[in-house]
Amino acid sequence: MTDPRRVFADTAVSLVEDDLSAALVYAEISGQFFGDAARRHPERIINVGIREQLLVSVGAGLALTGMRPIVHTFASFLIERAFEQIKLGFGHQDVGGVLVSSGASFDISAGGRTHQAPGDVALVDTVPGFRIHVPGHADEVEAVLRQAVAGSGRDYIRVHAAQNSLAYPVTPGRFHVVRRGSAATVVAVGPMLDPVLAAVADLDVSVLYANTVRPFDAHGLREVLDRPDVVLVEPYLCGTSSHLVAAALRDLPHRQLALGVGRHELRRYGTPEDHAAAHGMDPVGIRRSVTAFLAARAAA
Amino acid sequence: MTTITTRTDARTAFGYADLPALLSRMTGDEKHSNAATSTLDVLWVLYNRVLRVSPQTAQDPGRDRFYLSKGHGPMAYYAILVAHGFFPVDWLDTWASFDSALGFHPDRTLVPGVEISSGSLGHGLPMAVGSAIGLRAQGLDARVVVLVGDAELDEGSNHEAIEVAAAFGLDNLTVVVIDNASTSYRVPDRIAARFATEGWEVASVDGRDHDQLETALSHRTNRPTVVVAAVEEKWS
Repeated sequence: MTDPRRVFADTAVSLVEDDLSAALVYAEISGQFFGDAARRHPERIINVGIREQLLVSVGAGLALTGMRPIVHTFASFLIERAFEQIKLGFGHQDVGGVLVSSGASFDISAGGRTHQAPGDVALVDTVPGFRIHVPGHADEVEAVLRQAVAGSGRDYIRVHAAQNSLAYPVTPGRFHVVRRGSAATVVAVGPMLDPVLAAVADLDVSVLYANTVRPFDAHGLREVLDRPDVVLVEPYLCGTSSHLVAAALRDLPHRQLALGVGRHELRRYGTPEDHAAAHGMDPVGIRRSVTAFLAARAAA
Repeated sequence: MTTITTRTDARTAFGYADLPALLSRMTGDEKHSNAATSTLDVLWVLYNRVLRVSPQTAQDPGRDRFYLSKGHGPMAYYAILVAHGFFPVDWLDTWASFDSALGFHPDRTLVPGVEISSGSLGHGLPMAVGSAIGLRAQGLDARVVVLVGDAELDEGSNHEAIEVAAAFGLDNLTVVVIDNASTSYRVPDRIAARFATEGWEVASVDGRDHDQLETALSHRTNRPTVVVAAVEEKWS
């Protein structure tokens, strides 16, 4: 399959080529994909060097003049290192922009904690007005980036190396119903869909797929909800969307299981698959947790 | 190429002599500390003589931008915006109250004429670099003038911006540093030397002298410009 990060880069370049108001700002990272285009469009494909605070603020400054910035580096440096620049440059100035990260929670597993950012979505979620996209397929990366750049709001696109086998349309505010069941509803975010489907293949549960997680489709969740038991499976910090599940079901006695990256630091290297397993996010771990969650209801 | 632009035809609702009275509507005091007025003369000269912006052109893509990065002590800024007709004078009377548009740090979404919301130090200059790039990319002949304090330059984010502005040859960017010697760990003449090292056009002027300020702030070359405007020392 095509590398989602490469698809991001190619799509970003294509957008800058076609749209005079679009600009791409980066900080060395992914420069190997932008070099030739940067020479053709030096005014709108901008490498600020290893300067992430400036990276984000330049994006905001471009937006203040009416341009549509695409701002990119690894999630750890884009969101965590320069967080106040995001809060003030985009949120407080109330301008739009498209932030695109790669690296995700542990795509750079052998790189250690410095290059891992499971908390990024939780942080962005504190800034008003951000749509948060977690494409689970390279085709979704292209679709969501084109959609976001064509708009005028604040978008965060989290590009993962892992992909699902099928791409879904990008429909912000609307989750996709993948299958129906009655024992519980599982919300799979981005590249968690394939592991979830493998984990619950023989379980009587509904599965919703979210490739845009903010806005959170509370209405869609309620529509498929049979028994008020919800399993949230997110590829970043465990429980990041739990408050929205709770809000969606606030009038109902309900149970919720949240799966995702734990808060503890593993201090391990290895592969992304190793890390997924360690956090219980592989099919075996998801199945173990979901089965126990369903059994706890049956025993009650 | 060096060009000098001047602008002396601004019509103002209030003159320079009225500024203390405008400040008093906010502070309640008849006299004001140097700290409260450290930016006053630079701002007056910018809006009265230098910037191509008015309430009528405040939304024009090609207007000159002024970014008050040092958002602390914005009374002088508000007074000068009032003097140039950006918002009504009676807004000053209720400043910093719950329903007021005017806070201790300015908000661009609330105050006509305010280009950036500031208060946290070290954001204005990096955003100004982005705006200078954006104006140039759109072929707009507009300038970005950003005001920082000498102690604000403690923030490392400024140094990322200083380096890249020079590397990109942003000739439409001017930084004016209000130097009231308020930084801890001060090194005399460090500011001018810092910018000069990176290749900026550097002018050091008396921050109370309107003619010196006008000349320095109107001066443009083929690289970014810094004007170090010395005023009374904060702790003296």
